Amino acid sequence: MLQGWFIVTASFAYIGLLFAVAWFADRRAAMGRSVISNAWVYSLSLAVYATAWTFYGSVGRAATDGVGFLPIYLGPTLTMLLGWFVLRKMVRIARLNRTTSLADFVASRYGKSALIGGLVTVIAVIGILPYISLQLKAVSTSFQILLGYPEIAMPPRAGSMEVMQDTAFYVALFMALFAIAFGTRQLDAAERHEGMVAAIAFESLVKLLAFLAVGVYVAFFMYDGMGDIFARAAGRPDLEVLMTPLGGAAGSYASWVWLTVLSMFAIVFLPRQFQVAVIENTDERHLRRAAWLFPLYMLAINVFVLPIAFGGVLHFPPGQVDADTFVLTLPMSQRAEGLALLVFIGGLSAATGMVIVETIALSTMVCNDLVMPLLLRIRAFRLTEHRDLSSLVLDIRRAAIITLLMGGYFYYLLAGEAYALVSIGLVSFAAAAQFAPAVIGGLYWRGATRTGALAGLLAGFSVWTYTLLLPAFAKSGWLGAEFLERGPFGIELLRPTQLFGLAGLDQITHAMIWSMIANVGAYIVGSVIRRQSAAEHAQATLFVDVYQQTGEPGSSWRGATSASALQTLVGRFLGPARAVELFTAYARLRGVKSVDELEGDRELVRFAELQLAGTIGAASARTMVATVAQEEPLGLEEVMTIIDEASQVIAYSHRLEEQQQELEAATRELKAANERLKELDRLKDDFISTVTHELRTPLTSIRAFSEILHDNPELDPAERQRFLALVIRESERLTRLINQVLDLAKIESGLAEWRTAELDMREIVLEAMNATSAIFKSRGVTLEARLAASVPPVMADRDRLMQVLLNLLSNASKFCTPGTGRVEVRLAGDAATVRVDVQDNGVGIAREDLALIFEKFRQVGDTLTEKPAGTGLGLAICRRIVGHFGGRLWVQSEPGQGSVFSFVLPVSAAAAGAGRLSANA
Amino acid sequence: MRKPSLRAYRIVSLFLLGCLLFNYPVLALFNVGASAGGVPVLYVYLFAAWGAVIALAAIVMESGN
Amino acid sequence: MARRVLIAEDEPSIVTSLEFLMRRAGFEIRTASDGEEALQLVSTFRPHLVILDIMLPRRSGLEVCRLIRADASLAGTRVLMLTAKGGTRDHERGIEAGADDYLTKPFSTQELVARAQALVADPVLRLAPGAGPAQSP
Repeated sequence: MLQGWFIVTASFAYIGLLFAVAWFADRRAAMGRSVISNAWVYSLSLAVYATAWTFYGSVGRAATDGVGFLPIYLGPTLTMLLGWFVLRKMVRIARLNRTTSLADFVASRYGKSALIGGLVTVIAVIGILPYISLQLKAVSTSFQILLGYPEIAMPPRAGSMEVMQDTAFYVALFMALFAIAFGTRQLDAAERHEGMVAAIAFESLVKLLAFLAVGVYVAFFMYDGMGDIFARAAGRPDLEVLMTPLGGAAGSYASWVWLTVLSMFAIVFLPRQFQVAVIENTDERHLRRAAWLFPLYMLAINVFVLPIAFGGVLHFPPGQVDADTFVLTLPMSQRAEGLALLVFIGGLSAATGMVIVETIALSTMVCNDLVMPLLLRIRAFRLTEHRDLSSLVLDIRRAAIITLLMGGYFYYLLAGEAYALVSIGLVSFAAAAQFAPAVIGGLYWRGATRTGALAGLLAGFSVWTYTLLLPAFAKSGWLGAEFLERGPFGIELLRPTQLFGLAGLDQITHAMIWSMIANVGAYIVGSVIRRQSAAEHAQATLFVDVYQQTGEPGSSWRGATSASALQTLVGRFLGPARAVELFTAYARLRGVKSVDELEGDRELVRFAELQLAGTIGAASARTMVATVAQEEPLGLEEVMTIIDEASQVIAYSHRLEEQQQELEAATRELKAANERLKELDRLKDDFISTVTHELRTPLTSIRAFSEILHDNPELDPAERQRFLALVIRESERLTRLINQVLDLAKIESGLAEWRTAELDMREIVLEAMNATSAIFKSRGVTLEARLAASVPPVMADRDRLMQVLLNLLSNASKFCTPGTGRVEVRLAGDAATVRVDVQDNGVGIAREDLALIFEKFRQVGDTLTEKPAGTGLGLAICRRIVGHFGGRLWVQSEPGQGSVFSFVLPVSAAAAGAGRLSANA
Repeated sequence: MRKPSLRAYRIVSLFLLGCLLFNYPVLALFNVGASAGGVPVLYVYLFAAWGAVIALAAIVMESGN
Repeated sequence: MARRVLIAEDEPSIVTSLEFLMRRAGFEIRTASDGEEALQLVSTFRPHLVILDIMLPRRSGLEVCRLIRADASLAGTRVLMLTAKGGTRDHERGIEAGADDYLTKPFSTQELVARAQALVADPVLRLAPGAGPAQSP
């Protein structure tokens, strides 16, 4: 049954099924009902991580290392936990910037540098070639083995036959066509591949099912469960060692740790992982489910690795069957044809999934970040003048895919036989890990520069080439072996696998240690020796502060172009029809009828740049847009310097906003304050004017009588006496006035001296009543007292309080009718305050005057006899005195009903405290 | 996300727990010749710890949606 | 014929001094302590001269002055404004209201008397009520 034609037919049938899945997904996407916008599909698509390496290689590794294959899956488990922070940030950035690939992402972060993009592409391509060759090797090997059924024979060595007869070559060719069909059918601004992702997710299910089927078959049908396998293995010295392999067969703990770290990086920085995890992500929230579902997938696909490995070793005679093929050869040995075919399909799934995504990701990078920038720069091609470049873009990508698979094939010919599957894959992992410092640093370190990234990538890649790639070539005989053993030019210190004498480590650990030191070191040094350019700084901030952004990133384009020029430009890369579609949609979004009405403003330029970035990458898009729009030249550097000091653009603009609000608030306050000042100024003028008036009045009398007396010496003594008395009275009035004005001025300016002490209000009230009793008697007004027997002490200045009381008492006396007039003084106190009331039965105060009487120079109500003798400052001073001691002075009055002037003062704090204590006691 | 949420702290804690469980010296404690139900204890431990971390991750990530 | 003067002033001691001065100068005197009273006396007493304090209760001196000027029958009445506020603003307002002369408190008694006499000596005075042309020689 398992003849060549059948296997091939089955394979194509399966591939056809994948196409159907992809076609269905694309159609659903076109209808706006995406199947991949789903956390389960997203998690399954991440499982493109599990390639032929996992499917075939893990068992091979486990057969010699025991649990040594596991760090490769534990690392991603840890990374996925942090994915909610790191991956989500990358997804957000990629979405906002329409990032198309890892190279685009890195280039974009470092000032949309075409150089960085190119470098990342080169590293990725060279680094991934071994990985692609691994898939080719696995598929062609499994195909050849299956072809030999029912015999189990290992296929001939790679490169031992003509290319045209080599299965691996046809596998490569076939996969290239497959990837082209999948990934380069159309160009889209978003560079998303709905169909591809759906097919990948489907493949993940197939390979998991196939592997679990083999696992169950081996563990429970060939043997009596896992316990049986392990028990038998324990009886074999070569396998018993693998029960406790750490620190021995599986390598040192150091290599365990480094493999974990390596795979932590790989799960993000392998181009295909970046593609599915970041570029193809449709919703950040999917990361939450993927954080546990994807690790669960890896756990499931690894549970049976060790049983299969041990089962294989137990089953086959030593040295006859390559452990990398146990997954396939164990079912074959039991004549389980169907299962063997399923395994082959599963392995094919794992390999094609990887190859498709990897080559699509890489071809995008090659096209957008390597070829296009070069072509656009080389004027001889006059590319910028072409009308439609979209087919050129697609052709470049197709060519890139073919080149990549052929490259993978040649690596397979060159080095494929020297290493087991896992070892080949780890070389690629180590290459991908070189992106980690530049990307992770770029996400969190605002100061990381283009120079630093370039230096780090170059240094890391160089060390990787020297310590991993060259030894691989050397081992395959392509380079002289003494290069490995003695070092270049016989310098032992520079031996690639024991650099600077660092021995005792496995090759990957050794390479990782040195390449990371070189990479991170150069990255940091490069970043700190030179200042960032403005463009770099802008991009750095966009990346680091991506969560603070609300809309699309701002741009420095100046509106100096037309909508039609931009549309033509976009049309050249996406095709004119697609461009018309995009621009018309955009015009509708902006609320204008047609594209012609669009203004060539910076939003439009930015829109065009984003559309282009989705197709040809950020760096190229910038170059292209620059041909039709002008970049903002306005002292960006200076502005950025300022922002530099203010630490971040976004926070800065936030702060600006806040500051503007604060400024507005401050302006309002200032205006209000100014109004108050004006008011105060007016009041001051009024006050001075009033004081002047009040001073001039007695002065007028004094001067007039003095002159009269002076000019009329013949005046009769009685009149003379009368005039002199008036002079004296007015002089006294003047003196009193001056004193009070000074007093008030001192209180108001805070220069008054206060002799604060604990006072007994009752004693002061009595003394004040005593002092005024004569006045009351002379005016025929009764003075009565209703005083509490004792009140708590208050903190105040004795003389000042006396001043208040005398003022209130003499006021009361003045406004009472002689004979019937009656003034009552009341004193009361509670735990917190002491209150004094002075009630009269005089004329009272009109309601509208109640508020005025405490103002300066406000005298209201005629006395019954003549103008009040007061200065109009008394109550104003009283109120300020009471206020100074934390109290309050007010009046209640009805015209004709008399008035009550009251004030309260707080009880002295010490007394209040003591009171509370005693109350508690 | 100016102020880290409780979820963020949980995630980081879980990450640190994972780092601890999948590493020396905890691993060395199980790198011994014993077996549980015929299966080597290191193998059992690794998968159990791994499964536990995944389960906790599921609880942390899926809670409060 | 004695000239009649109305002293409109609310400060008693100033009234006393002005009364003394005007009596010495030979005026016939009436006093008013607020604006309302002053207006009544202007119409009944028909003074040749009103010495008018600018800050009077009930009606200000400026108001009184304006009302005097508005009354054609009082065209001959001279107004000497007194103010305790020294500002030119008050001065202007006084002149605007139609005052004939203006003095700031405290004033020189001799100057006051001289100005008062100058005002009533004005030939236009003959047009003053009670001293109309019909009765003049």
